[in-house]
Amino acid sequence: MAANDVKLLGAWPSPFVMRVRMALKIKAVDYEFLEEKMGSNNDILHKSELLLKSNPVYKKIPVLIHGDKPICESLVIVQYIDEVWTSGSSILPSDPFDRAIARFWAAYIEDKWVPSLRSIGMAESEEAKKAAMEQVEEGLGLLEDAFVKCSKGKNFFSGDQVGYLDITLGCYLGWLKVTEKMNNVKLLDGAKTPGLDKWAERFCSDVAVKDVMPETEKLIEFAKVLFAKLRAASPN
Amino acid sequence: MADEVKLFGVWASPYSRRVEVALKLKGVKYEFIEEDLSNKSDLLLKYNPVHKKIPVLLHNGKPIVESLVILEYIDETWKGNPILPHDPYQKAVARFWAKFLDEKCFPALRKAFSSKEDEQEKAIEEASELLKILENELNGKKFFGGDKIGLVDIVANFIGFWLGVIQEAKGEELLLTHKKFPILCKWIDEYVNCSVIKENLPCQR
Repeated sequence: MAANDVKLLGAWPSPFVMRVRMALKIKAVDYEFLEEKMGSNNDILHKSELLLKSNPVYKKIPVLIHGDKPICESLVIVQYIDEVWTSGSSILPSDPFDRAIARFWAAYIEDKWVPSLRSIGMAESEEAKKAAMEQVEEGLGLLEDAFVKCSKGKNFFSGDQVGYLDITLGCYLGWLKVTEKMNNVKLLDGAKTPGLDKWAERFCSDVAVKDVMPETEKLIEFAKVLFAKLRAASPN
Repeated sequence: MADEVKLFGVWASPYSRRVEVALKLKGVKYEFIEEDLSNKSDLLLKYNPVHKKIPVLLHNGKPIVESLVILEYIDETWKGNPILPHDPYQKAVARFWAKFLDEKCFPALRKAFSSKEDEQEKAIEEASELLKILENELNGKKFFGGDKIGLVDIVANFIGFWLGVIQEAKGEELLLTHKKFPILCKWIDEYVNCSVIKENLPCQR
């Protein structure tokens, strides 16, 4: 398929965008990456006309445009990619029960774990920060159990290759490292969650991931700019 | 091999009802186990240790949890009367709207009805904006799923049924009026009269 048939509206620091890029890499799909620019003043993103037209409901990245059809919401996009490009390796498992398990943990990561990770950066007191960190660690404990059950001794949640749940959680590893460095704390601890710890290393060096995952230092620089904007936007 | 299907749920929960609609649509026989949420059963806690919530579908001893996950599982396991479209793009559109309903609409609707007086006007306005988006999406169609009910219609059951109940209980049309949302109101009429839904509505207590 010609590269200009598939466009991805996104931004390099966004974990949600990373998910889509990883999925496209797994399926060896060529695409045009249209990067939204950073906003001026206190806007995080300057939203392009194409973005506002393609995602009028949320006005958010990522948006995959296949032909002239826009698809929004990262996990919806990843499933779409899995269903359209069937020649590459499968992203979701084929068995309905295994798919349900993968979707369950993906929902847990989106609805519970990611918000707790984000609230570390937004915490307004040391107590709130500590509580958020404890939630993140607790979540990682649950995900360690999930990893052991899903991987069945293999390298990834999906087995031998990177799949749905690996992408859903793994896209946040960069930001997890940023949070650890900026707060001088270890959240993903090899002593407490050895399975996840080793998985994280394998994930980050996987061919589907390594060109898409930004370097931690670059993300830290971006995070500083981002937090400055967020603080300026909400006067206390 | 005969399938053993059990559903742990609560009669008044829209999330629980969604799963029942899907099972009935597919003609799947199941045992319904009513949970007392103030005194959750050991089985519920065993099958959903992470969230400890209903609904939980038990298929041949294997638990599936989270209503949207359950709906997709049901569609993939029992092939008759599909809930999701076959086409990947249409499927993506359906999943998008299901997520929109659960993540944006229902919290906003709940807020609109439970807000205190000084905050209620703003909450109602925000909920109205979201209902307008749904109104636009429905335009020209009998159901979100087209001619027949599909995933989005099943997930929108809170609007299809519960919203009317809440407004009636409050004694006023706070939010969903025929004047403001004619298409959505027409959809509700079609929805509650659709046979599989009709047989599956809780009494308006």
